[in-house]
Amino acid sequence: MKLLVNFSRKKGGKPIIAQVVRDTGVLINVERAVIDSSEGEALIDVPDDQCRLVSDSMISLGANVRILEHGITVNESECIDCGACISICPREVFSLDPAWKLQLAEEKCVLCGKCIEACPHQALALPL
Amino acid sequence: MHKSIDQINERIRDGTVRVVTAEEMPAIVAELGEEGALKEVDVVTTGTFGAMCSSGAFLNFGHAEPPIRMERIWLNNVEAYGGLAAVDTYIGATQQSDTLEEQYGGAHVIEDLVAGKSVELRASSRGTDCYPRRTINTDLLLENFNQAIMCNPRNAYQRYNAATNSTDRLLRTYMGVLLPHCGNVSFSGAGTLNPLSNDPKLRLIGSGVPIFLCGAQGMVIGEGTQHSPAGGYGTLMVTGNLKEMSQDYLRAATMSGYGVTLYVGLGIPLPVLDLDVVRATAVRDEDITVDVMDYGVPSRNRPALRKVTYAELRSGIVELNGEEVRSSSLSSFRKARQVAEELKHWIERGSMQLALPTRPIDAIKSAKPMHQSQKGPRVLDIMDRKVVSIGENEEIKTAAKKLLKGDTNHLPVINGDNVLVGIVTTFDVSKAVVNPGKAHLVKDIMKTKVITTTADEAVDIAVQKLEQHNISALPVVDSGHHVIAILTAMDLGKLFGGRWLK
Ligand code: SF4
Ligand code: SF4
Repeated sequence: MKLLVNFSRKKGGKPIIAQVVRDTGVLINVERAVIDSSEGEALIDVPDDQCRLVSDSMISLGANVRILEHGITVNESECIDCGACISICPREVFSLDPAWKLQLAEEKCVLCGKCIEACPHQALALPL
Repeated sequence: MHKSIDQINERIRDGTVRVVTAEEMPAIVAELGEEGALKEVDVVTTGTFGAMCSSGAFLNFGHAEPPIRMERIWLNNVEAYGGLAAVDTYIGATQQSDTLEEQYGGAHVIEDLVAGKSVELRASSRGTDCYPRRTINTDLLLENFNQAIMCNPRNAYQRYNAATNSTDRLLRTYMGVLLPHCGNVSFSGAGTLNPLSNDPKLRLIGSGVPIFLCGAQGMVIGEGTQHSPAGGYGTLMVTGNLKEMSQDYLRAATMSGYGVTLYVGLGIPLPVLDLDVVRATAVRDEDITVDVMDYGVPSRNRPALRKVTYAELRSGIVELNGEEVRSSSLSSFRKARQVAEELKHWIERGSMQLALPTRPIDAIKSAKPMHQSQKGPRVLDIMDRKVVSIGENEEIKTAAKKLLKGDTNHLPVINGDNVLVGIVTTFDVSKAVVNPGKAHLVKDIMKTKVITTTADEAVDIAVQKLEQHNISALPVVDSGHHVIAILTAMDLGKLFGGRWLK
């Protein structure tokens, strides 16, 4: 399960992800992170059954946590199955099936948003 | 053996015609042999579905009361051509909305009309004795037009070069988003299903030939603009009734950072008259080659990195400089197939008969580049030859003095051989003066990644460099990387009152 974690980095603050890994013993896979001097946002992947544990632990350390149920969404009525998105996505989420129809491996998506502007038909959007 | 067009039409009428798509044909020829395929197959249908920027429609509004001779015309805020007298216009696919810019354009107006949506007409006129009205505003549906005729000057490219990008910047082009460092290859075209690739000698495709155009029965007018069959880049001018078209085969699109375009579904049925037709329609993706062009070079003569077949492009992986690069298509092969299949059904059902060209299309000409009687301005026309540079081992103080004396904010830095090695700006020097750290020499504070230009580079290209890198000066270097001049934003002001700057 993917979690989107937002946290502020006050002076002297502890590295929150490392701390949660230590406290909970859960191995966290960081898929994407943007961290500057005052705040950070990380997209992490954790085993489904330990999602609550990790999320509670993050919240207790002052982070905002959102559980992301979905990856990128395709508007089927706009998509024309060109495949322009395929070579743009760094995680190989998109592919064409033998009938040349677009297929999605949604679970691989890290919601980076790179594919959105590459779609000529404005068929791609991040989930709300 | 030879079949006549009349024999084939006879079979269409009596329902015994054998139609296959151009994708199915190679296997049939391989199985039955050329003679066998000629006996077996009467018609090969082709199809393509991709971005065809050079598209649009003629619209006739009928007369208002009191009547108006429209001079400037907008449909949903997209300007349409007003030079066709009174109540006609041409709406071009790539024209962008005055308000929504690349989010909405002529292609969207056309798609909205086909989808049954209403479109707002706004027009103005000087007013004349015979046409007194000066403005008009009205909402229109496709059915309200007397004529709505799609007429596309350049469609159905025989093939199209693939694109990649060697620069370190992401590029937004009509070939889609191109990742930096040749991070992807983008291509377009239906390959084995493409109409002209199945008739490269243009024996069957010519004026008057019936076609599938966006779901309607349309027609080839003749050669398209930029038609260049000599190198395998033929194009067609086509027409069809917008009122009979379907959104399934006509879609507006926006190439991000580039602009609006129209995706057109186009297919041509080819009568299998003789062995030459059999051979031509047996063409496979493997047989059709294009160049992979480097769109990082902003010139008409982009370097071709290698040749590649549609089979390789469609596999999803192309080898470039020894590396595997992912390739993806802008056009839809699935939709191209649907076009060819739909056309096949039309012919099997007897709703379309075939015809040979009433006039042939030139099969050997090549398109010429633009004749430019006036060369655009080059860097040497406006660059400042009184450039002040500084040695890398000079003290920062010296740089400060030079900056103060000359009216410049940029000092190119050179080494002992007079070769450009860096650049310092007033900002870099002031920073070093205010915070005197360990830095004493120019080379300690200079930027070593210098964006440069050359004397014969077009000013437009230099301007793009300034904008892309958000800088205000470019050292002008010769082939030995010696600084011969500098080009600043101020020099650009010399051109037509600064028209070159956005
Ligand atoms: S780029 Fe857009 S239209 Fe093309 S396949 Fe991807 S989602 Fe569909
Ligand atoms: S958001 Fe990023 S990871 Fe997800 S599909 Fe788009 S490009 Fe791939």
